[in-house]
Amino acid sequence: MKRPRALFAALGLCLLAGGSADAARPVVADLSNHLVAITTGFSGTHVLVFGATDERKGDIVMVVRGPQETHVVREKTRLAGVWMNRTEAYFSQVPAFYAVAATAPLDSIVPPEVRKHHQIGVAALELSATNSDGRALPADEAKRFREALIRLKSRAGLYPGGLGNVTTLENRLFRAELDLPATVPVGSYTVEVFFVQDGGVIGAEITPLFVSKTGFSAEVFDFAMYHAVQYALAAIAFAALSGWGIALVFRR
Amino acid sequence: MIQVYLPIAEMSVDAAAIVALGTAVGFIAGLFGVGGGFLMMPILIFLGVPPAVAVGSGTNQIIASSISGVIAHWRRGNVDFKIGGVLLAGGVAGSGIGVLLFRLLRTSGQIDVAIRMAYVVFLAAIGGLMLAETVVSLIRSPGAGGKPRGTERFAWAARLPWPMRFPRSGLYISILLPLGVGCVVGVLMAILGVGGFVMVPAMIYILGMPTQVVVGTSLFQIIFLTMVTTFLQANLNHNVDIILTALLMLGGIMGAQWGARAGARLGARHLRILLALLVLGVCVGLVDELVSTPKEPFSVTIVRPS
Repeated sequence: MKRPRALFAALGLCLLAGGSADAARPVVADLSNHLVAITTGFSGTHVLVFGATDERKGDIVMVVRGPQETHVVREKTRLAGVWMNRTEAYFSQVPAFYAVAATAPLDSIVPPEVRKHHQIGVAALELSATNSDGRALPADEAKRFREALIRLKSRAGLYPGGLGNVTTLENRLFRAELDLPATVPVGSYTVEVFFVQDGGVIGAEITPLFVSKTGFSAEVFDFAMYHAVQYALAAIAFAALSGWGIALVFRR
Repeated sequence: MIQVYLPIAEMSVDAAAIVALGTAVGFIAGLFGVGGGFLMMPILIFLGVPPAVAVGSGTNQIIASSISGVIAHWRRGNVDFKIGGVLLAGGVAGSGIGVLLFRLLRTSGQIDVAIRMAYVVFLAAIGGLMLAETVVSLIRSPGAGGKPRGTERFAWAARLPWPMRFPRSGLYISILLPLGVGCVVGVLMAILGVGGFVMVPAMIYILGMPTQVVVGTSLFQIIFLTMVTTFLQANLNHNVDIILTALLMLGGIMGAQWGARAGARLGARHLRILLALLVLGVCVGLVDELVSTPKEPFSVTIVRPS
C-alpha cells in the first residue's frame, strides 16, 4: 500500500508545481529534433534528449517507445524432417522500438514495482502472448515466445540491449544521446523522462518524437500505396526503357 | 558503403552490395539465357530484404534484363513469336493464380517454407534432368550437336487434342502443351520470382523446341509475363520497390551483356552442364536450410490491419 500513496504524492507534487508556475516543474526535457526524416540516404541518426531538474537530488531515467504494433512470433519445429513454422504467438500493442537510458543502473534507483508500473526496462514490458483468436497462451509457452520476441527485437537493433547513458551536469542539467538505427520503424514515438528520488518518481515529462519518411522516399511510398495502378505502369515503363536503352548502348 | 533507403521494403541497404549482386546474377543470366531470378531471390532474402518485396521487385527487374537480352536474339531471328504468344496466354492466367496464392500464403505465415520447398522440387527436377541428359549425350556422341530429344518420350502428349503447327520451331503439337507450360511458369513467377530458368528447360524437354530458338522465345514471352506480374503484384500485394529494382537493374543489365559475350565462347553443351551444376548447387543449399536445425527457430513479423 506504500507505493500508490507515494505515487499519489508524486502526482500531487507535480500538479502543485505545475499549478504555481511552469518553471517550478520538477523536470523539463526536450529533444534536439522532434521529427526524424527518413530520406533516401537515411542510415540511422542520433537525437539528443536534454533537460533540467529542480534542485533536489535524484536520478534521471529515459524511456523511448516506438509506435505500438501487433507482432507475430512464429516458431519453427521439425515436421517430417523439414523445419517449418508450426506454432505462433500474437503480441498486441508492443512498441516497435524500445530503449532505456539512466544515470545509474536501474535496479539501484528504481524498485521493481515502479519499473513494472511505468514499464521501465525491457524486462518490465507488458508483453502478453495470445493465439490468433486473442486467447492467452499457457505460461511456459508465453514465456518462451516472449523471450524470443525480445531476443529478435534486440538483434534487429530495435530493443537496444543494455542501458543507455544519461549524463548530468551540476545536478541540474542532463543529456542523453538516443541512437536510432537505419531500420527504425516509422510512426509516432514517445520519449518519457522520469525524475526519480529514493525509489519514487517525483516528476515526469513526455515528449513526442515523429519518425517519418520524407522527400523522395515518402513520395514513392505514397504513390505505390495510393496510386497502385499508375505506380505499376511507371515501374514497368521504367524497367522496359532501361532495358531497351542499355541494349542500344551495348550494340556498338 | 552507400546506404540507400528502400521506401517499400522500409529498410536501408548498402547500394554497392545490391548493385554487385545484380551484376553477378546478370552475368549468370546472360551466360545461360535465363532471368536469374532463381539466384537473385534467395540472396536478397539472405540480405534481409523481406521475401515478398524481393519477389515483387525482382520480377520488375527481369523486364529490363529480358528486353536487353531479347533484342540480340530477335535480330538473329531466334524468336518464335507464335509459340511465344501461346506460352504467354497460359502465363498470364498462371500469374493471376500465383499472385492470389502468394497473398494467401503470406497471411498464413507459410510463405517462406512454401517458397523454399517449391524451389527445391523444381531445382532438383530441372538440374537433375539437364545434367543426366547432357552427360548421356556426351557419352553417346561426343562430337554431335547435342540436341536433346523432345516430345517423342511423352506418348500422352501426342494424344492431346487441338494440335497446332509452329513453323519456326518445326513443331506440330497440341496447343494445350504450351498453354499448360506457360501457366505453370506464370504461377512460379508470381510466387518465386523466377521465370526463364523454369521456362528454358520446359521448352527443351517438354515442348521439344530446338535449342537456338529457346532462349530468344523464352525472353520474349517473359518480358510480357513479368509486365503482367509486376502490375498484379504492385496492385494486390504492394511489394514492388522501384528503388530496389533500379539498383538491381544497374548491375543486372551490364552483367547480362558480359555474360552473353562469355556465353558465346562456350559450347551449348558445356553451358548446359554448368547451368545444371549451378541449379543443383542452389538446390542443395536450400535443402540444407530446410532440414538442418536452424540457429534461430523463431521469427517475428509485424501485422498491420489491412
